[in-house]
Amino acid sequence: MNSGGTNARIGYIAFNTFREAVRDRVLYNLIAFALLLSGAAILVGEISIDIERLVVVNLGLTAVSLFGVVIAIFIGIGLVSKEIDKRTLYTVLSRPVRRWEFVVGKFFGLTGTLVVNTFFMALGVFLALLYVAHKFEMMDVWVLVALYFIVLQFLIVCALALFFSSFSTPLMSAVFTFALFVVGSLAEDLRGFARITQGVGGWLATAIAYLVPNFSTLNVISQVAHGDAISGRLILYDSVYALLYSAMAISGAVLIFQRRNLK
Amino acid sequence: MAAIEILDLEKSYLVGFWHKHRKPALRPLRLTIEEGEVFGFLGPNGAGKTTTLKLLMGLVFPTAGTARILGMDMDDPRVKSQIGFLPEQPYFYDHLSARELLNYYGQLSGMAQGRSARVEQMLARVGLSDSAGVQLRKFSKGMLQRVGLAQAILHDPKLVFLDEPMSGLDPMGRREVRDLIQQLRHEGKTVFFSTHILSDAEALCDRVGVIHQGELRGVGAVAELTSATQGKVEIIFCAQKVPAGLISLGAEARVSGDMVNAVLSEEQQDAALDVLRRERLKLISLTPVRRSLEEYYVQKLQVPEGPKEESRKGVGV
Repeated sequence: MNSGGTNARIGYIAFNTFREAVRDRVLYNLIAFALLLSGAAILVGEISIDIERLVVVNLGLTAVSLFGVVIAIFIGIGLVSKEIDKRTLYTVLSRPVRRWEFVVGKFFGLTGTLVVNTFFMALGVFLALLYVAHKFEMMDVWVLVALYFIVLQFLIVCALALFFSSFSTPLMSAVFTFALFVVGSLAEDLRGFARITQGVGGWLATAIAYLVPNFSTLNVISQVAHGDAISGRLILYDSVYALLYSAMAISGAVLIFQRRNLK
Repeated sequence: MAAIEILDLEKSYLVGFWHKHRKPALRPLRLTIEEGEVFGFLGPNGAGKTTTLKLLMGLVFPTAGTARILGMDMDDPRVKSQIGFLPEQPYFYDHLSARELLNYYGQLSGMAQGRSARVEQMLARVGLSDSAGVQLRKFSKGMLQRVGLAQAILHDPKLVFLDEPMSGLDPMGRREVRDLIQQLRHEGKTVFFSTHILSDAEALCDRVGVIHQGELRGVGAVAELTSATQGKVEIIFCAQKVPAGLISLGAEARVSGDMVNAVLSEEQQDAALDVLRRERLKLISLTPVRRSLEEYYVQKLQVPEGPKEESRKGVGV
């Protein structure tokens, strides 16, 4: 099995994961719901005189983020465990496919699904923006950056869901991943708490604060809603951070999955 | 060359709350399957058949021992491109059609040229050409089994592993699977299949192995097992009651309409024929009583648990 074959196999697995996810009707319901929420943002924006744009961006991007995370967890936890439960994995791994190729292919497939979903949900947000403001402004570019950060969040959530599902049940994987998402969204507060705490407690708080994924740095919705610019340095830092964190979680998933007996 | 050489392959799981107790799923198994052979792996549910197949497929890892498949170590990645596998009660991706699924598996198997044509050929071979575009979630259990068979032989493997291939199939479906295995034999493929349906094994296999409680109880050639006489003959003749002379020879007889079916030892065969001549009764047939595969199977299952030299060597009838 050469590296060219490896890339091809990862690509096939990713495409199949994407195809399966896109054809799943539950996914459509979630997208429809998110688009509905963007529509609701228009309604709320219209009764919020002078702050229509702020409300639409805030509500719209929050909807994209939350529904994206739900989709990421919903599909991510089932990626490995569902394949083991239904034994679809058996016929894949009895072919010249390495286990790590399967995990990485699944991750790319899910990421691709989420990028496409985000594109459609973002389209809803921009249509809502156009409806309330009647035109696009320069500062709307930052909405694109916020959407990029949301996709980075999805990368980490997908990787975590995959990591947990490589050794845990789907339900527990969902609970762990969502709990980490909630705690990670408060990462900056945790770091602040760690700075003012002394002794062993301070040590522990610092360890936890830096171990959990920092989703709060990836949340710039409020800033872009106010039309504030996002620095290039933050974009670079967050990109590198999200990629490294996802890579670590995927590596963990691979290490566990390589040794797992598929009973 | 041996297609499969299983060398003391062993699997046990840690059980209990603290994972302190070891439960054997497969005791050291030593078995050789020759190229071109159709081998039936027999045993009741939970005997260790699926565990053996999963070990050979690399789906679970052995506690000890190893195996060589087509002359290569079972962990060698090259092995996978030359083998096909049908898991027990297969289930596939709900939202793919049979054609899409086979194309996907073909891609993963490294098939490039002629893949589409081969997929259509396989769909026709398992009788699914008309349903090729239908999503698999709408397939019946029997149809999924056919898809499973198609994916197992799609890439023209030298060696095919089938786990309970007749499971869930109606009589017609079972017959089709039997025909397919016969075709594979004619193509020179090696087939290793597990089953607990003895008539299928008897009809298809060159050799069978009986496994029970994770332990190989015996291996033998089907032709030899079923040709072995038990020192008894079966005599069928026309009569409405059993002659007293035959009963005195120790025959076990039953009357069915105008016919009598009597079983007695080979030594009494001539004496029994004399009785029929004396009584002027019409002889229909006289055949040696052969052992059925079922009797062999039951006999092997009744062997008490424990190390047996015969089983460890993987030979012996």
